[in-house]
Amino acid sequence: MRHFKPINQMITKGALAILLMTTAAQITTTNITMAAMKNSVTLGMSLEPPHLDPTAGAAAAIDEIVYANVFEGLTRIDRTGAVKPALAESWSVSDDGKIYTFKLHTGVKFHDGTDFDANDVKFSLDRAGGEKSTNAQKGLFKAITSVDVIDAATVKITLSSPAGNFLFNMGWGDAIIIGSESAGTNKTKPIGTGPFKFSKWTKGLSIVLERNDNYWGEAKVLDKAEFRIIPDAAAAVAALLAGDVDGFANFPSPEAIPQFQADPRFTVVVGSTEGETILSTNNKKKPFDDVRVRRAIAHALERQAIIDGAMFGLGTPIGTHFAPHHPAYVDNVNKYPHDIAKAKALLAEAGYPNGFKATIKLPPPTYARRGGEIVAASLRKVGIDLEIIPVEWGQWLKQVFKGEPKDYDLTIVSHTEPQDISIYANPKYYFQYDSQAFRDVMDKLNATVDTEGRYALMRQAQNIISEDAVNGYLFQLAKAGVWNAKLEGLWENSPVQANDLTEVHWKE
Amino acid sequence: MLYYLIRRFTSLLLTLALSTIVIFMVMEIVPGDPALIILGIGATDETLAALREQMGLNLPLMTRYLQWVSGVLVGDLGTSYTYSVPVSELIAERSIVSIPLAIIALTLSTIIAIPTGILAASKRGQIADTGIMGLTQLGIAIPNFWFAMLMVYVFAVMLRWVPAGGFPGWDQGIFNALKSLVLPAVALALPQAAILSRVTRSALLEALGEDYIRTARAKGLTRSMVLWRHALRDALIPVLTIMGLQFAFLLAGTIIIENVFYLPGLGRLIFQAITQRDLIVVESSVVLLVASVILINFMVDIAYALVDPRLQSERS
Repeated sequence: MRHFKPINQMITKGALAILLMTTAAQITTTNITMAAMKNSVTLGMSLEPPHLDPTAGAAAAIDEIVYANVFEGLTRIDRTGAVKPALAESWSVSDDGKIYTFKLHTGVKFHDGTDFDANDVKFSLDRAGGEKSTNAQKGLFKAITSVDVIDAATVKITLSSPAGNFLFNMGWGDAIIIGSESAGTNKTKPIGTGPFKFSKWTKGLSIVLERNDNYWGEAKVLDKAEFRIIPDAAAAVAALLAGDVDGFANFPSPEAIPQFQADPRFTVVVGSTEGETILSTNNKKKPFDDVRVRRAIAHALERQAIIDGAMFGLGTPIGTHFAPHHPAYVDNVNKYPHDIAKAKALLAEAGYPNGFKATIKLPPPTYARRGGEIVAASLRKVGIDLEIIPVEWGQWLKQVFKGEPKDYDLTIVSHTEPQDISIYANPKYYFQYDSQAFRDVMDKLNATVDTEGRYALMRQAQNIISEDAVNGYLFQLAKAGVWNAKLEGLWENSPVQANDLTEVHWKE
Repeated sequence: MLYYLIRRFTSLLLTLALSTIVIFMVMEIVPGDPALIILGIGATDETLAALREQMGLNLPLMTRYLQWVSGVLVGDLGTSYTYSVPVSELIAERSIVSIPLAIIALTLSTIIAIPTGILAASKRGQIADTGIMGLTQLGIAIPNFWFAMLMVYVFAVMLRWVPAGGFPGWDQGIFNALKSLVLPAVALALPQAAILSRVTRSALLEALGEDYIRTARAKGLTRSMVLWRHALRDALIPVLTIMGLQFAFLLAGTIIIENVFYLPGLGRLIFQAITQRDLIVVESSVVLLVASVILINFMVDIAYALVDPRLQSERS
């Protein structure tokens, strides 16, 4: 849940749908062609970032603007989810997996003209992991015991224990390298090393980046990129149709997708994300502390109905907490097939022959609000009577996520952090799942560096949580991109939440 | 007159003082931790503590209230938790959209409403009256966001005369800026005009039924002379009241229209700030709005006194 998806499903939506179906279908004026020769791009996005410093906030919108465009880390995650060199040209790992030596690119300058070197790496990582750090993912830096500058172009990082995903972690937006001179002002005036530099932010409306002519790397990027903040789904559709924006990398309303698919002026790409959408369950609270009750819920869920009803068919069913496009994914979707009789039998066995009453707290995103209604309908069929309580993000975080004790029975949320299955190892996490067997597997995973060995452990971990039916696993959130048919190079999937513009260009 | 104004002014100041307490308390009661919202679910407890300290959230309630109010008194509205820029800057950025938009919409609504209202009243029961009243009924009944979207589809998507939304900024030329405010202003003005037109008509009709009008007629004035010279002046009081209310609404109650046209206005600023629990932004901008509503009311009060001399000599 790095992303706090829209709060802005305004009332306008319903009226919009009707209006669109009727009006847009009749509009045949095609004038988007004039965009063909331009060397800039305007992308819409539904949430405005609170600020532009990825090292000081969890909002996905921050990375969606600056990641890979303005800021770079030692490594970076590419469009396939693979780890690639960025500011570090190459690296070597000691045999015990504890020492990483990074060879840095030379001649790199920050946008303010100051030089980038090993001291900036030390500064950034020490700051992110330090005592006064306000980094939203401070955990990424926990394993680091020291960062040593060998020379201007070499950094040695020592870990307390081997961390198999260390290079991946260093590719997160939260681990970008900043200059000590600009660290304090990055929120409003981000200074990075990337191919774009920050130009202008009109709050509530748009953020403009322009090409960094002194970029150290190869990237040939557009002259200018503008991100327009359009929170309302109806306005988003209109802005695309009117040509005000060239595209939405992540289009906010799934119901409008078929309309754009039918329109040759637009390209629609439905890709996957790292967002496991789950029916989170309070594993310490009665009756959910009984695995039979949780399995009964798993048997009662109707995933396809949720995907169709809440997301207009966009999304992939999952049976565990892992992204289906990952090579180590285990397909557990049919582990608990939809079976009302079985669910009722399990409930009776657990001592609830007549079912029970519980609550489900739903945060603002569409998938949760709409999905929650369908989940409630499914569970009612097996005798579980859910009271639906809509909450906003602030309340959700306070009551469900951080509450002591956790103040919820069930909730729906999408966990969008990449490869985050390790959250199940923390018994204090809001699921309150406490399994030594799972923790053992995670410890082994952290200590394993070879890929095959890691995959095997990841599969084991997925099976344990499926077996324990920790949460109801619903679907992998899809990313529906809509953009001008002449625009190329945007990401299809989002292995990390980013709008990497380094390969974006206009077709001749 | 002076006494009347002083009395009004004191009561308005009291309202303002009370409102600061109410606003502050409400934001305190609403559940949600600004630090948690900023850092999200990956945050460790120590990071949260560090951020709370940085934002001054760990200070006692009373201290924070006094800090805020004393700041507001000297014109320092504080610094936004989420944006990390001065609140006054945020409000200023939004005001250059919201205030012109409100003025244009109110002007438009007045230009439409007053003449139609007068016409309807003077032709009471005739076809013009029925027609105007029918249209105003429609103007009130049609949801303005729906009408706004309809206009977007016609003028932005089909005809491409104006952008579908957004605001280029005044530095991009007055014409371009006004172009993007036209549709929102019309969408905002129409329902307001409908209401104002009805108010004008009924106020005028009521005034026309007064005894002094009969006297004026009896002394030989024509119907229209009576209407323009005597009744209209009397009818202005309710009309001014409504206009005052409408202007206050147009300043910050336009969030839905701002959403349809994705305009960076005050309404959206406050809405975003509430969901982000950016307490200081909510508190300061709401207080500022309360102050401007109070100021508008005060000006309406002065206008009353100008229109109705009886209020000037009032003593009690």
